[in-house]
Amino acid sequence: MIKINKLSKNYGDFKAVKSISFEINKGEIVGFLGSNGAGKSTTLKMITGFLTPTSGNIHVNGLNIKDSVLDIQKDIGYLPELNPLYTEMKVYDLLEFTANIRRISGPSFKKALTKVSDQCGLNDVMHKLVSECSKGYKQRIGLACSMIHDPSILILDEPVTGLDPNQIIEIRQLIKNLGKEKLVLMSSHILQEIQATVDRIIIINKGEIVADGSNDELLNQFKGKSSLKIETSGSTKKDLTSMCKELNLDVKNIEKKGKKHISTIDFNKSKDPREQIFSYAVKSKWIITEMTPQSAGLESIFRTLTTGNHE
Amino acid sequence: MNNTKIIFIKELRSYFNSPMAYIFLIVFAVTNGYFFTNTFFLFNQSDMRALFGIVPLIYLFFIPAITMSLIAKEKNSGTMEVISTMPIKDIEFILGKFFAALTLICVGLIITFVHLFTLMNVGTNIDFGSVFTGYLGILLLGAVYASIGTFASSITDNQVISFIISVFIVLIFFLMDKVIFFMPSYIQGLIQYISVEFHLSNMSRGVIDTRNLIYFISLITFFLFMTTRVLEMRKWK
Repeated sequence: MIKINKLSKNYGDFKAVKSISFEINKGEIVGFLGSNGAGKSTTLKMITGFLTPTSGNIHVNGLNIKDSVLDIQKDIGYLPELNPLYTEMKVYDLLEFTANIRRISGPSFKKALTKVSDQCGLNDVMHKLVSECSKGYKQRIGLACSMIHDPSILILDEPVTGLDPNQIIEIRQLIKNLGKEKLVLMSSHILQEIQATVDRIIIINKGEIVADGSNDELLNQFKGKSSLKIETSGSTKKDLTSMCKELNLDVKNIEKKGKKHISTIDFNKSKDPREQIFSYAVKSKWIITEMTPQSAGLESIFRTLTTGNHE
Repeated sequence: MNNTKIIFIKELRSYFNSPMAYIFLIVFAVTNGYFFTNTFFLFNQSDMRALFGIVPLIYLFFIPAITMSLIAKEKNSGTMEVISTMPIKDIEFILGKFFAALTLICVGLIITFVHLFTLMNVGTNIDFGSVFTGYLGILLLGAVYASIGTFASSITDNQVISFIISVFIVLIFFLMDKVIFFMPSYIQGLIQYISVEFHLSNMSRGVIDTRNLIYFISLITFFLFMTTRVLEMRKWK
């Protein structure tokens, strides 16, 4: 369990993280989403004990990081951003070294090694030098190092960068499986990645948490701002404007495309105007060729929250 | 197995898995051998003072070269982040690195035993006591320089800068003795005490004085302690 309370970090005058608070429980896969430089990595580095917070508290499994950082680190597996590895070592030696520091050796190391090399698919490269491995393998070696001691908390900073689509799906599946029994906190600036992997999303922008909830919860929260795309023929721009006036709709844009008009209309989800528009069109003898509700996807929510523009 | 030992073994392996250790050992042995045998038969004396005189000079560049990567490389490649988020104390990490460098120096010194065997074959009345203390002296000196190198390596992530800083600090301790005559008389005593040459010369004459031992050990402790401070600073940046 990770409990963060009013956590802040300043780099000189720059405030990287501004008094954020959240709580994550066992069995949750949480995605930290934010643009580059939003404070994701800084927060993860503080939880793993690499950086000391400027103010605020971090409790991991009930222990305060200020007093028992070493005990906390025993139960955390961490894959840093850019995945630094000892490239001059052989994969086997690197895993053995990592396991030894985690107090795993002898038969229990063999057992742990078999488990992680199966999970991460490392059997083919076990006796290669890390520097000879491809980027995808390196990423998986990093992941294997972070979980060889079977920690109850996994913190993964951008775990899928540099992987090809097939590998991404494999790692995604692996993370999902791990999330059943562990707490997984991963960061990413790739929306689709987060959406496909995690149970809960925390969106962070300029050091502050701007949204926190499951994919559906976030979508619901922003559903009010849905819009409708209508393609009509046989109508003029003036007709459409007067329709919107009559039906009290907020028209955003009307565009002429050949003989057709494409209008974008904002509406409130609680007041669906589609039936009204349809009857109005029938009455005015236009033909509706397309009517698509465009609910706010995670992408537009993310853009709204991190840039202030809604598209 | 404790953490210091795990780091020590990893570091020693990385020395011997790369050409680094072999180049160091070969060049160290050849340079020592050249300077030692050059004057050995000329002076016609049954001692190893010539070796103990030349080793500190060779150390000046060799030890910074083997220690420059110890921590700077970890910082540069980012593995420092991996290590510092593992349950391992800074001091264990530093000691592991320091002892690995010291072990490499030891191996270099063991190779110079070949000169001792030459001496035993051709020499008479060899004073083994002074040979022993001489070796102890240059071993301790190597440890001091290695601790300086470890410290220099911790303050930067650039190995070249680490090398230059470490040569610079080592030179200060080495040259202190040489500039003593240009100094005002009231600080001459102090400068002499700080210089390594003064403590080393006692030992290569065959004297083990606790003052000399305390001097070497406190320098090692000081620089290793400073290294732990530097590593701790990174968390607060």
